[in-house]
Amino acid sequence: MSRIVGRAVPHESALEHVTGAALYTDDLGVRLTNLLHAWPVQAPHAHALVTRLETTAALEVAGVVRVLTAADVPGENDTGPGKRDEPLFPSEIMFHGMWVAWVLADSEEAARLGAARVVVEYEVLPVVVTLKDAIAQKSFHTEAGGISRGDADSALETATRRLSGEFFIGGQEHFYLETNAALAYLDESGQLFLQSSTQHPTETQEIVARVCDLDKHAVTVQCLRMGGGFGGKETQANVWACVAGLGALLTKRPVRVRLNRTLDMTFTGKRHPFLGKFEVAFDASGKLEGLRLELFSDGGWSLDLSDPVLWRAMFHSDNAYLIPHFQVIGTVCKTHKTSQTAYRGFGGPQGMLMIEEIISRVAQTLNLEPDAVRERNFYVDGDETHYGQRVGGAERIGRIWDELKVSSSYASRRDEIRSFNSSHAHAKRGLAITPVKFGISFTATFYNQAGALVLIYKDGSVLVNHGGTEMGQGLHTKILQIAAQTLGVPLTTVRLAPTRTDKIPNTSATAASSGTDLNGAAVRNACETLKARLSHVAAQRFGTAAADVVFENGVIYPLGAPEKAVDWKSVVMNAYVQRVQLFSDGFYRTPNIHWDKAKGKGDAFYYFAYGAAVSEVEINTFTGEYQTRRVDILHDVGDSLSPLIDRGQIEGGFYQGMGWLTLEELVWNADGRLVTNGASTYKLPSLHELPETFNVNFLTRAGQDGVIYGSKAVGEPPFMLAISVREALKDAIHSLGRQVVSLASPATPEAVYWALEAQRETVAPLELETV
Amino acid sequence: MNALELTINGSRVDASGIDPNTTLLNFVRSKGLTGSKEGCAEGECGACAVALLRPDADGGCRYEAVNACLCLVAGLAGAEVLTVEGIGSSESPHPAQMALMQGGSQCGYCTPGFAVSLFCEYHRTDRTGPINLEALCGNLCRCTGYRPIAEGALSLGLPQASAFTARLEQPAPPVPALEYAHDGRRLTRPSSLADLFAALTADPDAKLVAGGTDVLCEINIRHARYQHLVSLDGIPELQRLLWTDDALEIGAGVSISTLEAALGNRIPLLAELFPLYASRLIRNRATLGGNLGTASPVGDSSPVLLALGASVRLESVRGERTVPLQEFFTGFRKTALEVGEIVTAIVIPTTTATHQRFFKIAKRGRDDISTVSVAIALEVSGGVIRNAKFGLGGVAATPARAFNTEAFLVGKPLELGVMRDAGRILESEFTPLSDHRGSAAYRSAMLGQTLERFIAGLEVSA
Ligand SMILES: Cc1cc2nc3c(=O)[nH]c(=O)nc-3n(C[C@H](O)[C@H](O)[C@H](O)COP(=O)(O)OP(=O)(O)OC[C@H]3O[C@@H](n4cnc5c(N)ncnc54)[C@H](O)[C@@H]3O)c2cc1C
Ligand code: FES
Ligand code: FES
Repeated sequence: MSRIVGRAVPHESALEHVTGAALYTDDLGVRLTNLLHAWPVQAPHAHALVTRLETTAALEVAGVVRVLTAADVPGENDTGPGKRDEPLFPSEIMFHGMWVAWVLADSEEAARLGAARVVVEYEVLPVVVTLKDAIAQKSFHTEAGGISRGDADSALETATRRLSGEFFIGGQEHFYLETNAALAYLDESGQLFLQSSTQHPTETQEIVARVCDLDKHAVTVQCLRMGGGFGGKETQANVWACVAGLGALLTKRPVRVRLNRTLDMTFTGKRHPFLGKFEVAFDASGKLEGLRLELFSDGGWSLDLSDPVLWRAMFHSDNAYLIPHFQVIGTVCKTHKTSQTAYRGFGGPQGMLMIEEIISRVAQTLNLEPDAVRERNFYVDGDETHYGQRVGGAERIGRIWDELKVSSSYASRRDEIRSFNSSHAHAKRGLAITPVKFGISFTATFYNQAGALVLIYKDGSVLVNHGGTEMGQGLHTKILQIAAQTLGVPLTTVRLAPTRTDKIPNTSATAASSGTDLNGAAVRNACETLKARLSHVAAQRFGTAAADVVFENGVIYPLGAPEKAVDWKSVVMNAYVQRVQLFSDGFYRTPNIHWDKAKGKGDAFYYFAYGAAVSEVEINTFTGEYQTRRVDILHDVGDSLSPLIDRGQIEGGFYQGMGWLTLEELVWNADGRLVTNGASTYKLPSLHELPETFNVNFLTRAGQDGVIYGSKAVGEPPFMLAISVREALKDAIHSLGRQVVSLASPATPEAVYWALEAQRETVAPLELETV
Repeated sequence: MNALELTINGSRVDASGIDPNTTLLNFVRSKGLTGSKEGCAEGECGACAVALLRPDADGGCRYEAVNACLCLVAGLAGAEVLTVEGIGSSESPHPAQMALMQGGSQCGYCTPGFAVSLFCEYHRTDRTGPINLEALCGNLCRCTGYRPIAEGALSLGLPQASAFTARLEQPAPPVPALEYAHDGRRLTRPSSLADLFAALTADPDAKLVAGGTDVLCEINIRHARYQHLVSLDGIPELQRLLWTDDALEIGAGVSISTLEAALGNRIPLLAELFPLYASRLIRNRATLGGNLGTASPVGDSSPVLLALGASVRLESVRGERTVPLQEFFTGFRKTALEVGEIVTAIVIPTTTATHQRFFKIAKRGRDDISTVSVAIALEVSGGVIRNAKFGLGGVAATPARAFNTEAFLVGKPLELGVMRDAGRILESEFTPLSDHRGSAAYRSAMLGQTLERFIAGLEVSA
């Protein structure tokens, strides 16, 4: 039987993408008449009270229709997704460039001119910009909390070797190519209809309803597709939707809000910068005995998702390693910056980078090969994480490691690199292998549910609705494959409807890599229900048992008698005539997960995804500039639902992770202004940085029990494979001297240069304490 | 005359009624051609890429990919433009589009831009081998990691005969004189230097636009709105390239891409510069005149031209004068240009330099603004340095020569010890500043390192 699931099909919208026919939220605006455009009035301070707001001059600008302020809000003036700490119209400015009011006008130009005429006066207040200042001033969003196993304190006390240190991890701008956009209008039925580039239509609906004082049934949010999300549109699409929704409600005209890149980067939250302080105990072989890790994340001005992000960092600060005595505690700091938010990995990357940094410092301290030290500490079957969950599938860590080392010729390349480095004074190569273990599930257990609605029309065509959003990750492609596979029809028989809150209510964000696991399972459940009904209809026709009816590629036949096949359409028509219901809902909730935050214990994740990467770099020692020469990845996607899509997630995730760790540098000045607020100052990797060799393989014999068609979530885990690039850079730098490499993150050419300089100077090894 | 027409995807489109500051990107999107996307509005992402038909050296034309966010609609009056919708449709996609369908798109937002860049490279008339991936380095993708895009591009062969290839046999659309006004704002496109000077005499405040890659950033990012824009696109005198016995004269309006193709390796410093200069999309529009006119201390042509001992020809209605480049820059973003005066040509003397190198240090290897740049031109004979010229970017308020270092080197042997000493002098000759691109300390260190790198490079190639 030709399986649809597992086939390497292109993205379902590929043809529309390449021809420019694919529509995104802001492409819909030109199709509307009477459209109003919104532009913000922005504060030139990072922290200030608004003491006067005078909007009349704006209304004198031709084309300006209205200025939205707090006085216009019929409901609650707050868009906070959890905590109510995000006023839509603030009286206290909390970060540089924050919006104060929004001007609506017939053109963007007029709105912009109008915004410039709004008079605002401020009482300037002191700012907290850096994490260190926040810690010093105890400017916190949360109280310290954490996870503990064993007794880290006494392990540290009795250890033969100890190392302590600090490590700062920079943030990251999502830089989805499509900036935030929302479009709102009162539709023909009088309800408030929004087109929004949002990963979480239900929450967008909820918050628009909250602000507009409407019942949720009177607000519908649709997300056609997004030009990238990466977590950045999980909570942070809501403000723009509220402005558009409120504007449409008040003016009765369609309202468009689109952030240009500068506004988007100025307004929206980023990956959290983290500061980690650690003290680690280990033996002479590099085996970890105990670790005390204190994490501080830079949450920015409001809480947003910072608490679960911090927790995911703490969940992942073991990565693939057994740390017998381990205490991790974390605090979300409050600074006058954008409100940092979800970003691919959701804190996992920061936690994982922290432990990888610690392990490599341990290895360099002992002058041992980092890969050997890593391997020595791997979880094995039967081990438990620091939060008490059994590491399911732990044998895959070692299996991936061994297979990848062979396929990437790791050992022989280490020798080659050693000889290259000894014969090249001004070029140094480095090689590193790092593992990934990433937990799959929302840690807020109730989010792990999804719904679907599948409709079969009389002509046999199938329309699938589900609650997940498409942002490029290929969710819709996989859903189509799942529906077609389950119903036994060709892919072309199935169409996906755009994601809308009036089809599936109360959905969870498309996030945490869970989109396919949850929505795919819900769609399959709906399809199974329909198939069962059609089986009865077909069974009558064939005179066989319903259990013996086979659905395959658009035909239906009795088991073992394919020559008796009848057309899918005809059975659908039979069903209709027999008054059999041809549509069904489907629902799924993830079983067996449970997490007790107060105790810091539980099975937080349904399963773990694994992978490893080997990266090789070459550094120009004059400048610190470098190239990634080769990357080999072996990743565990379970039984791949859609190999082209999965490979894309691995490669793209890796590349994005590489950007985070190398090029992408967020710079705020002392006043709290983000200086790198555009593409000319904030650099993403381009095609030019593509490694000459980039091998990606899926782990074989990898089917995951209990997950849709044996697959595994793939959106986030590969991001962290990029840690191998940073580790390879450190390996190259280390070749110049013998001390522990101190390399800032991101490892920009300048950072690499200073690390090289420190290595060349070979001052006394840092922070090494031998008892 | 207030008529303003251009041809978009084969149809005449009336654009009259737009503000002269309107970008091509906003215009095509307002006409429902929403395949072109705005990812940055400053020429960095390429999501807005469209193809222009531009004259070829031999009377035909070529497809040139440009950033629509950095083009003025009025400046393109009479032009032929292809947007992504014009190169293929869902019913009949172009091979360059199909090449991106095997994983080359995820969210799809960058994809139309890649399709257009690839389309232009696919149809490059002097292409005899595979696609040159450099053509795609001005397009950013956040999703794919580029591997499938690169692989798709490299899978393309040479173009089959089609309406697209047939069009290239015909001449490019002419660039006639234009005077367009709307609501008190104007765009003038003179067709001769004399007309240009007349226009500038009448309105000394008019804003010159050559390739527009800087001017449009002012419009898009800093919301500048110009009352009177004067496009240099239609002036043949600025498009000349002239080799004389003792110099090369480059018209200020020649695009970097044109220059790149015309010069080949004849001036090694320039040949080294061009691939490091922005992206293909930008180079197709940007000019040397504009690069000097904007007088950025981190501009890349200035260091190279300084090391080559270039001068600039300045002309106005009052006449012309030639100024050595180092005297052209008078302060931070200030030049010796007087009111009504423009750069008409860059004059590069035939150099006697035996050793030429350009080092651009930036965060990203391609399409990034320099943190520091150093151009070196040495004349060495019998192992002794007879003449030295250094051009530097990113270390002072203007692009600069390193006169102390140069003086130190003359008469010395070309060897490591001398270069190390020279490096120390070079470091002490400038006090760079810190910014988001790099710290002052790094910039200083790079000055010293560059000379060692220069000599190490000689050892390797020797
Ligand atoms: C994405 C991007 C990447 C870039 N990368 C680089 C880079 O790597 N290196 C680099 O050096 N620059 C770079 N730049 C800057 C820019 O492209 C160059 O400065 C370019 O050469 C300007 O040329 P233009 O013809 O587009 O100038 P325009 O924008 O047309 O003009 C620039 C300025 O010069 C004036 N001007 C134009 N022509 C003349 C003339 N003939 N006489 C007097 N004044 C004149 C204009 O009035 C204006 O003030 C980049 C820009 C972008 C947008
Ligand atoms: S919109 Fe990014 S280059 Fe034009
Ligand atoms: S496919 Fe999303 S940016 Fe390229």
